[in-house]
Amino acid sequence: MNDFVFYTVVTLIKLVAFVSVIFLSVAYLVYFERKIAAWAQNRVGPNRVGPLGLLQPFADVLKLTLKEDIVPDAANKTMHTLAPMISIFVAFSTYAVIPVGPDITVFGRTISLSLAPGINIGVLYVLALTSIGVYAITFAGWSSGSKYSLLGGIRSSAQMISYEISMGFSIAGVIMLASSLQMDEIVKSQHGWMWNAIVQPIGFITFVVSSFAETNRLPFDLPEAEPELVGGYHTEYSSMKFAAFFLAEYANMLIASAMIVTLYLGGWQFPYAETFNISPMLLVGLQIGAFVLKMVAVLFFFIWVRWSLPRFRYDQLMDIGWKVMFPLSLINLLWVAIVTMFMK
Amino acid sequence: MNTNYANKNRLKDLTFWQKIYVPEIIKGLSVTMKNMFKPNFTLQYPEEKFIQPDSYRGRPVLVQEENNIERCVACGLCARVCPALAIEVQANETESEKERYPEKFEINMLRCIFCGFCEEVCPEEAIIMSKDYELVFRVREDAIYSKDKLLVPVKDLQDRINYLREFKG
Repeated sequence: MNDFVFYTVVTLIKLVAFVSVIFLSVAYLVYFERKIAAWAQNRVGPNRVGPLGLLQPFADVLKLTLKEDIVPDAANKTMHTLAPMISIFVAFSTYAVIPVGPDITVFGRTISLSLAPGINIGVLYVLALTSIGVYAITFAGWSSGSKYSLLGGIRSSAQMISYEISMGFSIAGVIMLASSLQMDEIVKSQHGWMWNAIVQPIGFITFVVSSFAETNRLPFDLPEAEPELVGGYHTEYSSMKFAAFFLAEYANMLIASAMIVTLYLGGWQFPYAETFNISPMLLVGLQIGAFVLKMVAVLFFFIWVRWSLPRFRYDQLMDIGWKVMFPLSLINLLWVAIVTMFMK
Repeated sequence: MNTNYANKNRLKDLTFWQKIYVPEIIKGLSVTMKNMFKPNFTLQYPEEKFIQPDSYRGRPVLVQEENNIERCVACGLCARVCPALAIEVQANETESEKERYPEKFEINMLRCIFCGFCEEVCPEEAIIMSKDYELVFRVREDAIYSKDKLLVPVKDLQDRINYLREFKG
């Protein structure tokens, strides 16, 4: 078996595994969102469909597929159909560069546990794709022919553009420390307890806040502010097109937490796991487990924040984005420069 | 008069620690975290049902005495007082001591607003708010409750009757 065939098969297997894991985790993310909301409000949450309500996500999806697909008369049909496609494309293609574990050796060949290993512009790829995600929301808002959708779309584009800047500058700090754009290198630069969250706490906070804004999660969910804008950019969507937006929103949440874990919380590394003297297979399992555990913790934090904090006003949101987050990320950059100067 | 409001310390002026958000956010998060471990208030409805206090106003019913005759004398006060015009009474004469009885007594449960005026106005303690709140109909006609659905034996309504005797003005 030559290398080409081997790697094609391996990549296909990885692709299927990644996509199915993402779909499943998005479904259960919605379930846990509802459960945690219920716990925070002294309720029970979904518990009727299947044991503990575990089949609830499937019931929801089934319901959405059976709904009528309505396109408003005033809508621009092409854009209206294109928007959810872009949204879901962006949400799923971003995972390609995120490493979930170390390289493993099978049949004498090294396999990397990310879909597209060794992409030397890893971080830029993620940033570029998440920026395309803005188009989906703007198109959706504009093409619906409804004022609420339009307001949601405009808010979203303004919000995402202003938070992209502080996000980019916080990532610049990470890149400076790792001196690489490659995800694997960034993960390896955070060996032991040298996590970026500990080395550059300000950058960590600005990045987390910016990713909340990027994923339109609650303290910054102005694009879909239910009390003001009905449903925001997806007001005029129904059936599977709505489901696509819904899915993409939660998939984006997964990406954001994967990015936080990879860039700031040491990625798949378990601190000092190499010194434990355990078998290589167990070590890989431990490291993948560490990645999943960190992801779950960050996702829980995302949901927890959603059910604790009220929404920002639009002007406050812009104020924080430009007058607080942006200077803070610059201060972080300076701090990282000083750290690198003394470390090297 | 001092009109320099800008320098006045107002309640909405935040302190430094409030302005940097983070401690306040942690405070808020800890509140929700605490609530996650508190017992919840949910009743699993079809399996568990709440116990109504005697002051509960469910659907209005007619009291049926032990001899299977209703107390109602068809005076029509309930129909007159009903703000939703839900009650219809048609009186007729009877040989028994009370001389009048409702030939037809209908309550439209789609109209009823459970205000309890009928109960309050009734001179005979004949129409009573029961504790029954599970009213489901599939056809509009089913919502018009006639005497066969309205009559309830007096022993099932004793709680409410005692409550009324104690508190009804």
